[in-house]
Amino acid sequence: MNKDGIIRQFVALRGPSWIYKQGEKTLAERNVTTRLVRRRRFRWSWREFRRLPLLSGLILLLVVISAVFARLLAPEAPTYGSLADSFIPPAWSERGSSAHLLGTDSLGRDVYSRIIYGARVSLIVSIFAIFIAGSIGTVLGLASGYFGGRLDGLIMRLVDIALALPTILMALVLVAVLQPGIVTVIIVIGCLSWANYARQIRGEVLTVKERDFVVLARSIGSSPARIMTRHILPNVFNTIIVLATLQVGSVILLEATLSFLGLGVPPPEPSWGQMVAEGRAFIVVAWWMALFPGLAIMLTVLSMNLMGDWLRDRLDPRLRQL
Amino acid sequence: MRRYILTRLLQAVVSMIALSLIVFFLARLTGDPRDVLLGDDYSQEQWDKLGELWSLDEPIYVQYAIFLRNATTGNFGESIFWKEPAVEMLLRRIPATVQLTVTAMSISVVIAIPMGVLSAIKRDTWLDYVGKSIAMLGQSVPPFWLGIILIWIFAVTWGLLPTSGRDGPLHYVLPSVTLGWFVVAGIMRITRSAMLDVLDSEYIKLARVKGVPENVVIWNHALRNAAIPVVTFLGLILGNFLTGFVVVETIFSWPGVGLLAIRGIQSNDFAIVQTVVMFGGLLFITINFLVDILYGYLDPRIRYE
Repeated sequence: MNKDGIIRQFVALRGPSWIYKQGEKTLAERNVTTRLVRRRRFRWSWREFRRLPLLSGLILLLVVISAVFARLLAPEAPTYGSLADSFIPPAWSERGSSAHLLGTDSLGRDVYSRIIYGARVSLIVSIFAIFIAGSIGTVLGLASGYFGGRLDGLIMRLVDIALALPTILMALVLVAVLQPGIVTVIIVIGCLSWANYARQIRGEVLTVKERDFVVLARSIGSSPARIMTRHILPNVFNTIIVLATLQVGSVILLEATLSFLGLGVPPPEPSWGQMVAEGRAFIVVAWWMALFPGLAIMLTVLSMNLMGDWLRDRLDPRLRQL
Repeated sequence: MRRYILTRLLQAVVSMIALSLIVFFLARLTGDPRDVLLGDDYSQEQWDKLGELWSLDEPIYVQYAIFLRNATTGNFGESIFWKEPAVEMLLRRIPATVQLTVTAMSISVVIAIPMGVLSAIKRDTWLDYVGKSIAMLGQSVPPFWLGIILIWIFAVTWGLLPTSGRDGPLHYVLPSVTLGWFVVAGIMRITRSAMLDVLDSEYIKLARVKGVPENVVIWNHALRNAAIPVVTFLGLILGNFLTGFVVVETIFSWPGVGLLAIRGIQSNDFAIVQTVVMFGGLLFITINFLVDILYGYLDPRIRYE
């Protein structure tokens, strides 16, 4: 097995972002000449729908609904609690109370409500961070692939550097300098993960820009900006969607890790990672404080990864080989 | 080969310079670096001393040159909180982290390689599915949560293992398992597909035809050849352990480099943070460089791309 094989395995585990750290070329880049065949268009059909990971979809739907309607769904405000109610175990245990389904934490706050509100942080951070990363990466990737030459070289060196930097350490420095908060977390994650998009999209653009309709557009004098946005971008959009979906899981994990380390969203605003961190101190007396938020992270990430795999197979099967 | 090494080396050096630029400018962009370096609690003497050390009166590019010069001699300033050179604190903590790495790696290898081999031999049986599920979970379970749950089960509920510290062999178990969890999944998958590749080859068929016992074929002939990708994969993983250290050492109060970084952040001790980040980055970039070289050596096709 060669390096590609190993990296493919590793990527399958680690998410697609990992590969580019090794300075590999994308598959699209390698197959510039052979891959001018038109891709079959994706169509919704019962056959495709049947393979949809339903359970994962349901869990994700639940997470999104929790985040959006937290105020309606949560029995209590996430920051409300009285010390008299602290450390109540989950409802099904002996000393449990039906008012607190998953028990209460050290400050008497309802764990269930906090998990529901915590979905907001995960959702907001992943949406905005991926939007930032995707935008930077798409613009640079388009420019790099379309114009080529020196600009291409420069952008690709930037990508190499961005991928050679250890994410968590960079996050440490950034958070140490900036004010901690949800905006910082979004900026940190967004600015640290644009490089995958740039590299992948550049590879796609290299093939798309040789297609007839682009050559035609150029020959009738369309401006580069117009060609890139009207002709090339729609053709690489599937790739962007797949990359973004596959990235959600790792962004949620990264946010949770930062919050766990006290570098993410500051208390009392609830986030899953931070709840696990709080639960750590009380694991002896109140195991439910750490267990349930962690389960929420695990289920969300797992569902998201399964969903991403499904979407990749449907929309852009070539990415599978990465 | 020489050209390939040179290009990779150049890339590594450029990455390192970029890292130093980021660390250097981040502290200065937000105002006087002393605000970050000293935190809230400092004396006028410390303020002046630092100004002198970093030559803050000079133009910014001179400051950067001085920063680089200090960095090459390992001088990243003194910890404000512990009043000690940050580098010395880092060096003192390296052994603990290295020991944890070695233990975690060994445990993962011992568990994962036989599992990967079995998964390959018993392809598409329940054993294989169990393996696949473990790999899927390895990707989704947050390590910091796993560590806490392991503490809850094995230390708190059953009282079998200690929760934190580094006083004896038993203290290594939980941190290593937490750190190795993700690695197990990775090694397993690599071993599985490398074995599938190798088992399909002519010399394995020959060995079987010759009448070599199946056990010897698998564990001796095949595994030895499948080991190349596995071993190189271990190199790749080392770089990714950096994240693991910070998390695992925090959970288990393991007195290593990762915990130092977190303590540095919590006490607003930028000298510590920048030291750890520069060293970690150097390590990460060096490992990536070495792995690239190793690949170029093992698989000449990569060189000519």
